[in-house]
Amino acid sequence: MLLRHTKKEVYERSALTVNPAKTCQPIGAMYAALGIHGCLPHSHGSQGCCSYHRSTLTRHYKEPVMAGTSSFTEGASVFGGQANLLQAIDNIFTIYNPDVIAVHTTCLSETIGDDMNQIIGKAKDEGKVPAGKHVIYANTPSYIGSHVTGFSNMVLGMVRGFSAKSGEKTNKLNIIPGWVEPADMREIKRLVKMMGIDSIMFPDTSGVLDAPQTGHYEFYPKGGCTIPELIASGDSKYTVALGQFCSEDGAKFLENKCGVKYKTLDLPIGIAATDRFISTLSELAGVPVPAAIAEERGQLVDMITDMQQYLYNKKVALWGDPDQLISLCEFLVSLDMKPTCVVSGTPGRTFEHRMDSILASVPGAKYKNGANADMFLMHQWIKNDKVDLLLGNTYGKYIARDEDIPFVRMGFPILDRVGHSYFPTVGYKGAMRILEMILGVLMDYQDKTSSEETFELVM
Amino acid sequence: MRKIAIYGKGGIGKSTTTQNTVAGLAEMGKKVMVVGCDPKADSTRLLLGGLAQKTVLDTLREEGEDIDLEDIVKPGYGGTRCVESGGPEPGVGCAGRGIITSITMLEQLGAYNADKQLDYAFYDVLGDVVCGGFAMPIRDGKAQEIYIVVSGEMMAMYAANNICKGIVKYADTGGVRLGGLICNSRKVDNEKEMIQQFAKQLGTQMIHFVPRENMVQRAEINRKTVIDYEPTHPQADEYRTLARNIENNQMFVIPKPLEIEELEKLLIDFGIV
Repeated sequence: MLLRHTKKEVYERSALTVNPAKTCQPIGAMYAALGIHGCLPHSHGSQGCCSYHRSTLTRHYKEPVMAGTSSFTEGASVFGGQANLLQAIDNIFTIYNPDVIAVHTTCLSETIGDDMNQIIGKAKDEGKVPAGKHVIYANTPSYIGSHVTGFSNMVLGMVRGFSAKSGEKTNKLNIIPGWVEPADMREIKRLVKMMGIDSIMFPDTSGVLDAPQTGHYEFYPKGGCTIPELIASGDSKYTVALGQFCSEDGAKFLENKCGVKYKTLDLPIGIAATDRFISTLSELAGVPVPAAIAEERGQLVDMITDMQQYLYNKKVALWGDPDQLISLCEFLVSLDMKPTCVVSGTPGRTFEHRMDSILASVPGAKYKNGANADMFLMHQWIKNDKVDLLLGNTYGKYIARDEDIPFVRMGFPILDRVGHSYFPTVGYKGAMRILEMILGVLMDYQDKTSSEETFELVM
Repeated sequence: MRKIAIYGKGGIGKSTTTQNTVAGLAEMGKKVMVVGCDPKADSTRLLLGGLAQKTVLDTLREEGEDIDLEDIVKPGYGGTRCVESGGPEPGVGCAGRGIITSITMLEQLGAYNADKQLDYAFYDVLGDVVCGGFAMPIRDGKAQEIYIVVSGEMMAMYAANNICKGIVKYADTGGVRLGGLICNSRKVDNEKEMIQQFAKQLGTQMIHFVPRENMVQRAEINRKTVIDYEPTHPQADEYRTLARNIENNQMFVIPKPLEIEELEKLLIDFGIV
C-alpha cells in the first residue's frame, strides 16, 4: 500500500494540494514549440526549470528534447535577464543554428518583469537575429493556469510571431490540434487529407517527437510546421481550433490579427466529437465526407455494439487535462459507462459548464478542477465509491495498485508505457484504440478475478 | 550594536536626515555603518563627499560572488563605514531582490561581526516598501529599531501610518520596534503639535522636530552633512540633538496604526485653525 496514508474521510482543505493534477506552464510551451520545424525552445529563467521541463517531455515522448536556458543567477534576478537572453540568442544562432528560437518565460523572469518583446526587439536591433531567422516568445508563469495554459500561450506566440496577411486569401484551413500526441496530429492530418482539404497544422510535432531511428542523430528532425506555413496561416480561409483550453486563444488572436475566422471544437476523441470534427471540416471546406471515413466510423460503431455488455454501467475515474477530459467523458457516457470521478488541475469555468452538462446523466458523478483539485482527493472519492476503471496519466498507477483497479494510461505524462506517441486516440480509429485498451484491461481483470466456474473462453 | 532602519515617504528627506544624524553620532565618537537600501545609491553621498561608492550589486555583477568586504565598504566622514546596495536601472529587474542579495552578502562577509566594533548600523530604505525585499532590513535578526521620517503633509503621514502596519506585521515574529517619528519640517501649520499628537496616537513619540533650514540644502550641494560643512550652524545642533535623542532613546513600541478616519480627523483638527 504505497498510498496507505490516504484516508477515506474527505476533509475540507483550503490550501494544501497533495499530488497535483497539473504541472508547469513552460512544459506546454516547450512541447508546442517543438511543433515548429527547426525550432529550439528556450527557457528564460534559471537552469533548474529548463532541466525539469526537458526531462518531463523526454520521459513521455522517449525522444531527446533539447532546449536552451538563460541560466539566471542572482545577478540576473536583480538586474533583469536582458543580458542573459541577448547572449543566449547570439550563442544559439551561432552554435545550434535553428530557424526559430521559441522563448518562454519562467516564474522568476515573470516576477521580475522581464519584457520579452523589448528584449527580442533589442536582439534584432543589435543584429543578433540573422536574416531569415526568427525569435518568438510566450509568457508562461506557472503560478497562473497549468502546462495546458503554457501550450496555449505558445500557440498564441506562433500566431503573434508569424501569421501575416498578404491580402490574398487561400482556400486552406488552419488546424490547431491542441495538446495531443504526435500520432494524433498525424491522424488528424490523415483525415483532413482523406477529405481532400488543404490545411496548415500548427503546432505539428509529428515527425519531430515520433521520428524514426535512422542511426543518425538529427538535431532538427524533418517534421514540424514550417515557417512559410506559419506565415501563410494569416491568409487561410478558416481556423479550426481543437480543444478550447489549448487552441482557442491562438485562433482568436489570429482572427484579430489577420481576420481569419475560427471555430472551436472539442478534441475529436470519441464518436460524437469526431462526428462534429468531420462534419465541420466538410461544411467549412464544402466537401463531402468520403466513404472511407464513413467506413471507419461504421467499424467503430460495430465494435461498440459488439462489446456493449462489457462496458455498460462501468464506473470510471479520470484525471488529466480539460480538453481531453471533456471529450473522453462524453465518449464514455455515449458508451453507457459512468465517469463518476473527474479531476483536472487546470482551472477554467468552461470545464465546469461542460462537465455539468455531460455528467448530468451520471448520478453521483463528481468533478473538480483548478489548483485545489488533486490526485489525493480523487483517491478519496474512489475509496468512498469504488470505480471499475482508471483512465489517466501515469500518476494514477499508485491508486491502481493500492485499490486493484484496471488502469488505462491516457494523457500527459505517460512515463512508464510506450505506444502513445505512435498510436492515435483521436478520430474513429483512435476511438477504436481507446476501446481496445479499455476492454483489454477490463477483460484481463475479469479473467484474473472470475471464479473457475465463470471463467470464459470467449468474450 | 544597535541596528536601525529609517523609513518614510519618498522625498521626505530620509537619506539627508540619516546622514546628518549619523554625522552627529560619529562626532560623539560612535562607530557607525550606513547601509543604503535604495537602487539610486544616494544614501551615503554626504558622508563620502560624492557618489563615489561602488554598489554591492555592481560589484557582485562585475566580480562574481568572490568579493572582499573592503570592495564594498568605503570609509566616510568621522570613520563611518558606508555601503550602498544599489540595484537595477529603473524599469528592469528586481530591486527588492537586490536588497535581499546585498544584505545577505554583507552578513556573509562579516560586515556586522564583533571585530568591526560597530555601535550602530543604519539602513536607509527606499520610500515605498512595495515588496518583500524592501522589508528585508526589518526581518528577523536585522534592524530592531525603526524611525519614520515624516512631515505634517497628509501623504507623508499617510505613508508613515502604512509603514506602521508593516512594522506590526514584523514585530510579532522579528521583534522589531518603532523608536519614534522624526519630523522633518515642511513648515505646515501646527506641524510640530500635529506630529506629536500623531505619534501619541500611534503609541510612540516624536523623537525630534528638525526645522526647515536652507543650510541643509547648501551643505548637500557641497556634498557634505551640515555638521561637516558648517559645524557651528544652529541646524548642526538640531542634528546633534536628534543623534543624542536616538542614543538615549528608551521607548520602543509596537505601533497602533490609525484608521483612515482618525488620520483625517487629525489633519482637520490641526490643519484648520
